[in-house]
Amino acid sequence: MNSFAYTRADGVTHAVSERADEPTAAFVAGGTNLIDLMKENVARPTRLIDINRLPLATITDTENGGLRLGALVTNADTAYNKKVAKNYPLLSEAILAGASAQLRNMATDGGNLMQRTRCYYFYDLATPCNKREPGSGCSAINGFNRIHAILGTGTPTGEVQCIATHPSDMCVALAALEATVRVTGPDGDRTIPFAEFHRLPGDTPQLDNTLEAGELITAIDLPANGFSKNYAYLKLRDRASYAFALVSVAAALELEGNTITDARIALGGVAHKPWRRPEVEAMLHGKSVGNDVFQTVADALLDGAQGYGHNTFKLELAKRAIVRALSQAAKLN
Amino acid sequence: MTQQTYIGKPINRLDGLDKVTGKAKYAAEFDTPNLLHGYVVNSTIAKGKIKKINTQDALGLPGVIKVFTHENRPKLAWFDMSYKDQDAPPGSPFRPLRDAKIRYSAQPIALVIAETFELARYAASLVTVEYEEMAHQSDLEANRHRARKPASGMASLLKPPPPKPKGNFEAAFAAAPLQVTGEYVHAVEHHNPMEMFATTVVYEKGRNKSGGKYTVYDKTQGVTNSILYAAQVFDIPFKDIRVISPYVGGGFGSGLRPQYQLFMAMMAARELKRSVKVVLTRQQMFSFGHRPATIQTVALGASAEGDMTALYHSAVGETSQFEDYTEIVVNYGGMLYPPENVTLDHQIVSLDVNTPLDMRAPGGVTGISALECAVDELAFKAGIDPVEFRLKNYTDRDPLADLPYSSKELRECFRQGAERFGWLKRNPEPRSMRDGHNLIGWGMATGIWEASQAAARAEAVLLVNGKLRVSSATADIGTGTYTIMTQIAADTLGMPLEDVTFKLGDTDMPAAPIEGGSWTAATVGTAVKTVCEELAKKLFKLARKMPDSPFASVSFNEVVFVNKMIQLKKDSLMAVALQSVVDSNGGAAVRQISTGLPNMLKQRKYTRSAHSAVFAEVTVDEDLGTVRVTRIVSAVAAGRILNPKTARSQILGGMVWGIGKALEEESVIDHQFGRFMNHSLAEYHVAVNADVHDLDVIFVDEHDDIVNPLGVKGLGEIGLVGVPAAIANAVFHATGKRIRQLPITLDKLL
Ligand SMILES: Cc1cc2nc3c(=O)[nH]c(=O)nc-3n(C[C@H](O)[C@H](O)[C@H](O)COP(=O)(O)OP(=O)(O)OC[C@H]3O[C@@H](n4cnc5c(N)ncnc54)[C@H](O)[C@@H]3O)c2cc1C
Ligand code: SF4
Repeated sequence: MNSFAYTRADGVTHAVSERADEPTAAFVAGGTNLIDLMKENVARPTRLIDINRLPLATITDTENGGLRLGALVTNADTAYNKKVAKNYPLLSEAILAGASAQLRNMATDGGNLMQRTRCYYFYDLATPCNKREPGSGCSAINGFNRIHAILGTGTPTGEVQCIATHPSDMCVALAALEATVRVTGPDGDRTIPFAEFHRLPGDTPQLDNTLEAGELITAIDLPANGFSKNYAYLKLRDRASYAFALVSVAAALELEGNTITDARIALGGVAHKPWRRPEVEAMLHGKSVGNDVFQTVADALLDGAQGYGHNTFKLELAKRAIVRALSQAAKLN
Repeated sequence: MTQQTYIGKPINRLDGLDKVTGKAKYAAEFDTPNLLHGYVVNSTIAKGKIKKINTQDALGLPGVIKVFTHENRPKLAWFDMSYKDQDAPPGSPFRPLRDAKIRYSAQPIALVIAETFELARYAASLVTVEYEEMAHQSDLEANRHRARKPASGMASLLKPPPPKPKGNFEAAFAAAPLQVTGEYVHAVEHHNPMEMFATTVVYEKGRNKSGGKYTVYDKTQGVTNSILYAAQVFDIPFKDIRVISPYVGGGFGSGLRPQYQLFMAMMAARELKRSVKVVLTRQQMFSFGHRPATIQTVALGASAEGDMTALYHSAVGETSQFEDYTEIVVNYGGMLYPPENVTLDHQIVSLDVNTPLDMRAPGGVTGISALECAVDELAFKAGIDPVEFRLKNYTDRDPLADLPYSSKELRECFRQGAERFGWLKRNPEPRSMRDGHNLIGWGMATGIWEASQAAARAEAVLLVNGKLRVSSATADIGTGTYTIMTQIAADTLGMPLEDVTFKLGDTDMPAAPIEGGSWTAATVGTAVKTVCEELAKKLFKLARKMPDSPFASVSFNEVVFVNKMIQLKKDSLMAVALQSVVDSNGGAAVRQISTGLPNMLKQRKYTRSAHSAVFAEVTVDEDLGTVRVTRIVSAVAAGRILNPKTARSQILGGMVWGIGKALEEESVIDHQFGRFMNHSLAEYHVAVNADVHDLDVIFVDEHDDIVNPLGVKGLGEIGLVGVPAAIANAVFHATGKRIRQLPITLDKLL
């Protein structure tokens, strides 16, 4: 860990301008990811801009019937919020499937979006890593890649640069729910559709998302429909709690009788971002619920997936998890 | 003479309150003015040489005092002998900062000393190293053709190599109507106690030869081990050094050898003549000893009726390039089962890794986890219930050593365990029980662990206030040593528990060996009992000399020590209070130091072991491969149970470890780098609360006069030994799949 300066931001504008003045500074919220990375010398900010006092810690209704989650609401407060639990149980369950109670009490919603990969090599300065040090190489491709990506690792040149996954559970649910990320920065405010927030590694794996330098997340907006009737969050991991997902599935269905009128499926643990294929989801529209059609969709979702050895089991596991999650959402079992 | 007021009672842990209120201090928590902090730099390559180590940037920071490397380290002891500790395997122990050579990845190569911990850590990040890399070997499987016999040495006394073959395995196996053969592969595991390794050296100036006095607060499973090491390596007379370790936040074997932070802190303190603290990080907890990766082969043959006739068990384990670490892996089948034709073999392969280190039930849990799965497989082939099969092949003697067991209530373990578990209701057919997507399986296994005893010393003092203080330089690694020793002392001298204190973990106290191998209750317990008995004799002599003593013409055998008094057995009114005995001692406390020795003559005629029968229930998601251990019953026969509460906790801890070993724990080495990669507790998975469900412990009555005067066998390892095999067997029963590779992660069941 390097020596760093510390500023407590007293307002959103203050935070953004501090960061604009010092591009090597970093915002710190719960610190559950950033401080770990600093201890390992992976992150070496010259200054921490503490945003915990910013007035972004409330959950409010939006005009169009949805909810706005302030960036500084903790993961725990989000999951246990009455409206979230009632109208967006998929989100509550995804959050509660993550980390531990202690971590969820500290971790913020903004920080959760921004958490970095758990790739072992990214965390260990002794090994090459394109995400940490662009151009140094990816140790995981021929290494221990049990927790790594099987989808979306392609690059323009064809040479895979990074097979890291985004480790969040919460973001998988947010992707399925089609949330919107509200940000503010030196150039003002903007909103980013969730599907465009995280990105695939391509040949710039150092970039996890499309946030511009110096931008601050202020809130996450949930649309009105929370799919609260037919949903499932299924997380498969190496122990029953306190482990990141090997594969996770957020499944949400709208049903009329047995007929599917809308479907969302987002996968975690398989790609550099929560994985969605709206055109595959559309295959379910008008279909009756049933494991055969779910299997077809699972196969289509995994189309183009590639294993790297230790993680090859995920190809089959992900398919089975999709079928299970969809059948749970449809209450088939 | 001994009363049974406290022994056998579920006394609460006497150090519990101090621990949960933060009063109990651990090695890293001791402080002193002007303390310097050290941070260790570790190698990033597995094999080669340091060409250049650049420390100027680190040294340029104000507040950084010194960076020690192999280039500027002080002259230290020359001979390997000085670096050998009580648990050193044969070979040449690793010496930090010895030379430019890199022997394994994450080897400590520099120590940065600064005014604060934060500064030392930052400065350490500025130390850069240029290496000359050499090709390394870290893959056991790829190198198994290089397997060889381990060298023998002192360690072979405690860990004897497998005996010569008995009968003719090949012929018997070939002729056996029922055969099973399997290869079992186990991952490396790291101990990962909660407390990080740390040493605080408090230095006091002096004009003596070693330049002062050193009080060393060390995380260790034996202060005597640390002091011997530090005194020899740094050439410090024993009178100038003292090692203290009152509390240990878990050890599991990791503290059986002095770890490198002790070396580093002592070196810096001696050179700089300052007090120094060195604390390792969680990542660095993966830079020393580990349970070795192993590949085992078990082949069993039986008659058509299920009588075992042939047993083969071989193991290949890894070791470093500089020491031959061994453990007893393959002997247990020969001790538990009756075949006349037995071949056992244990070999090692030197790799570019650090030397493995005893980890809870070292060797035992490895060997039993393979053997007991093979036995399960054989029972299944024979069409016999696994418990029935074990009873059919039960031995009352140890066939390997051809000796009787000093006691062996394993039959009773099977019976009580099976009953509590409801085993009789088991349908032998795999995949016969299910609940929705979950297949349910029931499996069982036998456990065995040596009941050993070493020599230890203890002191007992009847203080002027009439209270008793007993001490021995042993450790309490969370096992309950404080509590059970207090119970033994209180009962031996007939005193209430609150009037007795037991102290440990200080080299000013009489010596005891490292706490490991489940021998502390027997070893230190015997010393405590002995010293209290001898103190009793002293007190009785004093009482006889008192004016108008009721004991003037009475012999020691005619009195008892009870209620803080010496009483005539025949007439309880004839009594002298212990308080008046000290009072009459001219105002001085009465003290006694004694040695508790194993009775070798008696012991060597027997095999002495603790046994267990473990029953496990698992659910396995048929589609997704996720395994849950919903129930475990462990029935343990381990001699006398001194304290059912601390004893139960020991067994519960072992069962949780068993879940971890069976399903989760694995230190993954990336052979590209020869480096453990999942070096954090987020990625190295131990069992968490959500993995632990219904655990039930039964202690089976077992009387044993031979193991030691207390009749105890020790409980540190027996709680773990049989658990992984019971779980693996339950997974088979649930799924029909025999997974011979631990941990059984979900991908193996897809
Ligand atoms: C052991 C462990 C296990 C875990 N397990 C899981 C799990 O199973 N599932 C899961 O989903 N997560 C898991 N987590 C991750 C946890 O959810 C994240 O660490 C947490 O959400 C991060 O939030 P934070 O507020 O602590 O962020 P910080 O650590 O404070 O910040 C993280 C990053 O976000 C940036 N940042 C923070 N807030 C903002 C903002 N408002 N705008 C712009 N940038 C911002 C910071 O600059 C930093 O780069 C685990 C973490 C640990 C340590
Ligand atoms: S997968 Fe990505 S994060 Fe991991 S080593 Fe490769 S480049 Fe680095």
